Amino acid sequence: MRKVIMGNHALSYGAMLSRVQVIAAYPITPQTQVVELLSEMCADKVLDAQFIKVESEHSAMAACLGASLAGARTFTATSAQGLALMHELLHWASGGRLPVVLGNINRAMAPGWSIWSDQNDSLSQRDTGWVQFYCGSNQEVLDSVIQAFKVAEKLHIPAMIILDAFSLSHTYEVVEVPEQEKVDEYLPPFQPKFRLTPDDPHAFGGLTSPDHYLELRYKLQKDMEKAPALIEETGQEFQELFGRKLGLVDPYQCDDAEIILVTSGTAGYTACVAVDHFRQQGLKVGNLRIRTFRPFPFEIVRDILSQAKKVAVVDRNISYGHHGIFYQEIKSALYGHSPVPVFGYITGLGGRDITLDTFRQIIEETQKNDAPSERISWIGVKK
Amino acid sequence: MVEIRFHGRGGQGTVVASKILADAINKEGKYVQAYPEFGVERRGAPVYAFIRINESPIYDKSRIYTPDHVVVLDPTLLEAIDITKGLKKDGWIIINTDKKPEEMKLPTQFKVATINATQIAIKHQLGTLAAPIVNTGIVGAVVKVLRLASLESVVQAVKEDVPIKPEANAAAAQDAYELVIFNS
Repeated sequence: MRKVIMGNHALSYGAMLSRVQVIAAYPITPQTQVVELLSEMCADKVLDAQFIKVESEHSAMAACLGASLAGARTFTATSAQGLALMHELLHWASGGRLPVVLGNINRAMAPGWSIWSDQNDSLSQRDTGWVQFYCGSNQEVLDSVIQAFKVAEKLHIPAMIILDAFSLSHTYEVVEVPEQEKVDEYLPPFQPKFRLTPDDPHAFGGLTSPDHYLELRYKLQKDMEKAPALIEETGQEFQELFGRKLGLVDPYQCDDAEIILVTSGTAGYTACVAVDHFRQQGLKVGNLRIRTFRPFPFEIVRDILSQAKKVAVVDRNISYGHHGIFYQEIKSALYGHSPVPVFGYITGLGGRDITLDTFRQIIEETQKNDAPSERISWIGVKK
Repeated sequence: MVEIRFHGRGGQGTVVASKILADAINKEGKYVQAYPEFGVERRGAPVYAFIRINESPIYDKSRIYTPDHVVVLDPTLLEAIDITKGLKKDGWIIINTDKKPEEMKLPTQFKVATINATQIAIKHQLGTLAAPIVNTGIVGAVVKVLRLASLESVVQAVKEDVPIKPEANAAAAQDAYELVIFNS
């Protein structure tokens, strides 16, 4: 059914259709409406789940871990400072091999206090062992929740669905809400490989000596390495059932492109409009939107970008003292494989709009220079 | 692509007006993107809502700076802010007022449509006499002037979106559709 829904509610519908059994969450702007609707769905018995009220995001994730360990399909959502407060327990989720799915609305970190979008909150959780999907439309948000449970439960690795504050969270878009029966066909009930039960008592997460810890981490990484193929496979299966593609990346007009933009989130959609605009003027530009950031899709990124003459990475984030975070990943993917010059741009922090003009400036600067400078190119900074 | 900016005051249901319009347009198979002002809203303060309408999916996720048309829910906003900011030449200004279009002192490069949505709201007992709810009525006027959707789609969208007095709200939209004053 075609409905007009906001990104926050796309997460709620995704969780509902995935038949989540436990939700534990604490409200924070701009995420609040995600759990508001889920709590209503639970109260109205539209969704047969336990909604656990907690006093903080740290407790929310703790409750999710307990529920997931008991074998329940578990969901939560948060933003920015809330995600930061969960940080310790994000490690517990991946280390405990618990396939929790979390919706994070990208919101800039305080101070200065902000409720607007950038990616530093979720990218600060880069090394916690979670799969990360960055979405560009409300449709993709809903669809990604369903796919994320399938991937997470197969690998026993948690997954994060990430969407821009306001540009998706509070923006209404036309979304095809899939039928429950078809979602059930795609996503069968969670069958945990192990669980906490009084019938077969075990302890989990106990003291791990140096004799064993390394092997646990080795296994986590080995399973993470299986994720790219699994994401492509489950994305293909999704397309067969629902007609919409869910891949590792979303390339647009890259085949013959001389300059390829690398983008993520809603900027990755606006970039396609910029590509059309430049192509009308005879300049061969393409756009590679990175949907899966962890695990990083090195192989496919390398294959696509190696064909270009120049690459321009657009980061709505920064690693202070280094550069944009996607920029580092792209350079790392190409290292030793391709001599294509990679230009890095930082823009849009704290919700500054990323417009067609932003991309015009980026493309013009990339065109003008033969090689990237050592220094960061900032777009839109008031001087 | 059509881009519209709504002006209202916090508490008037400006965002709901844009949502009803979005739902009506969706019913006709078109694509739509509607969003509130990105930020915090205060009751009584000027607020904004925006909507993009297209025949195919909408890829531009940046904000609207140069709308094709504007809709004004509260005539006192004309003295408070510049409602024509960025408005394209020949764009429509659809405004809730008891005046006729020719009585409005607005720049001549724009087209003006007027609708007494306040009176319609009072007639249908929407809100209170002091704070009538005009958002459902105004949508009826908007679709008539801009030919964005049928009255049937609007009536259906109002009934689905409005939690209280759905019939009275739908009747207000219908009245506004018939009573809006404009020269096409």
